[in-house]
Amino acid sequence: MNFNLSEEQGLIRDSIERFVADNYAFDKRNATVAMEHGFDPAHWQQFAELGWLSIPFAEEHGGFGGGPVDSMVIMQEFGKGLVAEPYLPTVLLFGGLLQAGAADSVQGELIPQIIAGELQGAFAHVERQSRYALADIATRATNQGSTWTINGEKTVVLNGGAAQKLIVAARVSGEQADEAGITLFLVDASDGGIERTTYRMTDGQEAANIRFTDVAAEAVIGGVGEGFALMREVVDNAMLALSAHALGAMDYLHAQTLEYCKTREQFGVPIGSFQALQHRLVDMFSACENQRSLLYRAVCAVDAGSEDAERSLLALKVMTGKAGRHIGGEAIQLHGGMGMTNELPIGFYVKRLMLINTLFGDADHHQRRFAALVNAPAAGGATARSQAA
Amino acid sequence: MHTRLSEDDLAFQQEVREFLATAWVADTELQERIRNHDTMKAGMIEWQHRLNEKGWMAQHWPVEHGGTGWSVTQGFIFNSERAAVGAPEPIAFGVTMVASVILAYGSDEQKARFLPRILNSEDWWCQGYSEPGAGSDLASLKTKAELEGDEYVINGSKIWTTYAQYADWIFCLVRSDNSGRKQEGITFLLIDMSTPGITVRPIDTIDGFHHLNEVFFDNVRVPVENRIGEEGKGWTYAKSLLVHERLSIAEVADSKRALHEVRELARREINGGDCLLEDALFAKRLTDTEIELMALEYTELRALADIAEGKPPGPESSLLKLQGTEIQQAIQELRMDVVGYYSQALQGDLNTEQFGHDVADLAQKLYFRGRASSIYGGSNEVQKNITAKYVLGL
Repeated sequence: MNFNLSEEQGLIRDSIERFVADNYAFDKRNATVAMEHGFDPAHWQQFAELGWLSIPFAEEHGGFGGGPVDSMVIMQEFGKGLVAEPYLPTVLLFGGLLQAGAADSVQGELIPQIIAGELQGAFAHVERQSRYALADIATRATNQGSTWTINGEKTVVLNGGAAQKLIVAARVSGEQADEAGITLFLVDASDGGIERTTYRMTDGQEAANIRFTDVAAEAVIGGVGEGFALMREVVDNAMLALSAHALGAMDYLHAQTLEYCKTREQFGVPIGSFQALQHRLVDMFSACENQRSLLYRAVCAVDAGSEDAERSLLALKVMTGKAGRHIGGEAIQLHGGMGMTNELPIGFYVKRLMLINTLFGDADHHQRRFAALVNAPAAGGATARSQAA
Repeated sequence: MHTRLSEDDLAFQQEVREFLATAWVADTELQERIRNHDTMKAGMIEWQHRLNEKGWMAQHWPVEHGGTGWSVTQGFIFNSERAAVGAPEPIAFGVTMVASVILAYGSDEQKARFLPRILNSEDWWCQGYSEPGAGSDLASLKTKAELEGDEYVINGSKIWTTYAQYADWIFCLVRSDNSGRKQEGITFLLIDMSTPGITVRPIDTIDGFHHLNEVFFDNVRVPVENRIGEEGKGWTYAKSLLVHERLSIAEVADSKRALHEVRELARREINGGDCLLEDALFAKRLTDTEIELMALEYTELRALADIAEGKPPGPESSLLKLQGTEIQQAIQELRMDVVGYYSQALQGDLNTEQFGHDVADLAQKLYFRGRASSIYGGSNEVQKNITAKYVLGL
């Protein structure tokens, strides 16, 4: 047993750390986020050159063949630096879905383009009414022969403005919230039937509402009617990576708040000398360590394919939301008025953590899923109620 | 022990409701102006004019200066009804804050000069207390006032000055003497914002709206007649202002309305076929907050009852700001949770149909601005220190 990174993983971490130090000073970050689509295409090319875009992909398509630990390392460092480039939507979601379900010919065509930094993608799954229910999909796909046509609307599509290709979750059969009957389609974002409305998220990244009017799909990803399992798998991996990203942001906020409390003087002493604040800094530290422990637990379980994987992942997403809220709130409060300003990056980190909490379902949503999983009777067992009956 | 209203109070309640129905509820255009950041100032002034025409602008002033002369119960009734329909209180810096100091310590000339203009909303006031190095430790403030003839010359800066960009006047704590304890040597000055040497710099905040500012004073000359009371006694006057601060500081009635709104939003929110409001986890968090609010409502009533009997508010009143802001923030957080994905999406210039959500923008505004409520007016940590020291004797 050890929780150390491999030499290669350590090198990736160090190179991202250097990239963040060179490119992500607060004023530089603000300039990057202000660019069209909320990120810097030159940075993206640098990611490609440094090999970061190849990490999760199979070697046969030019990838690095990395696993969940590798994605964790990358996303954690991106979280520390509050990196704006769309690694999650393009590489982990769009690329992840391609790798998990697309035909070899489609993978062979598109994955090398992602790795080369030439292709931006997005995964369109949320709808106005869906809230956090992944299977609540009203967007419809109908077929004439082998051609599928999509009609409907997706909302809050991360990187939906820059994406050249989209993977869209649409329904081919079943009722609106059924898991069966969902199918994933690859579409070209320049299709004439696509209408995009872009806006920014609180952390500066771009999202889009995308309306589909008789849009012809370029390919089906996975089996027809079997898209839900594919989504679930890729979203689970993305939640793991997001939780690592959150840990990076939490560590940053804790470190900055600690530093502020050591240097900010009131009543003639550093405010960190007050016991009431010391205890709160310790509580923030505890929250960071809980997040780290559940992250390592989940990443090990997922990597090993162990039966603890689902339970650990759900617990992690709950902690990501709760610890993120706690640490973010304390970071603002302990910075006092300065925490309310955009002169420090504190607020942007807090917003990123709040955003991560909402993605794929917030802490309450995942606590319900967690409860349903762990409270289910063991095979052959019976609940008190069924025994009484 | 009872909380029944008298016949007169019930009649007053009816009068308040009728006034609000026409002056506020029916005027959705005014409500929109006040909600919109760009038209807020003019909208608030219009709203304050309506209150003033009714004679209800200055709740806590004596009748001879144009105040309402309300009993404590009447004030409570008004605030409850006002909040229940979502109408704002008048901007506090003038009518509530500086006016209470002028009324208590100002000269007759100062009362005659400033109070009518506050009543008519002719002057917009802001508060110059905090400085970059003087936040929780307010008494360590350094902005310097040097007497030259019959004028003070002011040099220094103030920070976190809400709505300084709109203000005609600022009431300031300045240091006129460095020789004694830091609480001594502080003077309370009223300064015309158009005086040469004053610069206002906006502070960019996490809620994206310009309300906070830094105010710089560079050889600003202030006539001695603008000093409240005696030189060097400003700390005493400022402290009394905190005591005199509005009794509705806990904003219980406003929180009741906000909680009701969140409940109705959750009722229409469907997650995988289930109504969010019927979800056990959400329902627990919402009702935990509601139960705390119900307790706070009676903590406030107990404080009001003491005042009505002419007694100083009991120790429990020190909890009003602390618990009030905690509950406000809990409700703001619940509202964001109801909004879900959209709670992190910025509407910008898009209309509701294009954007896809009708309350995300408001939820964000309330949430991010609300983070400040546990920081300003003495952070909640300072409130706890004060309670520990002066109430519990620790």
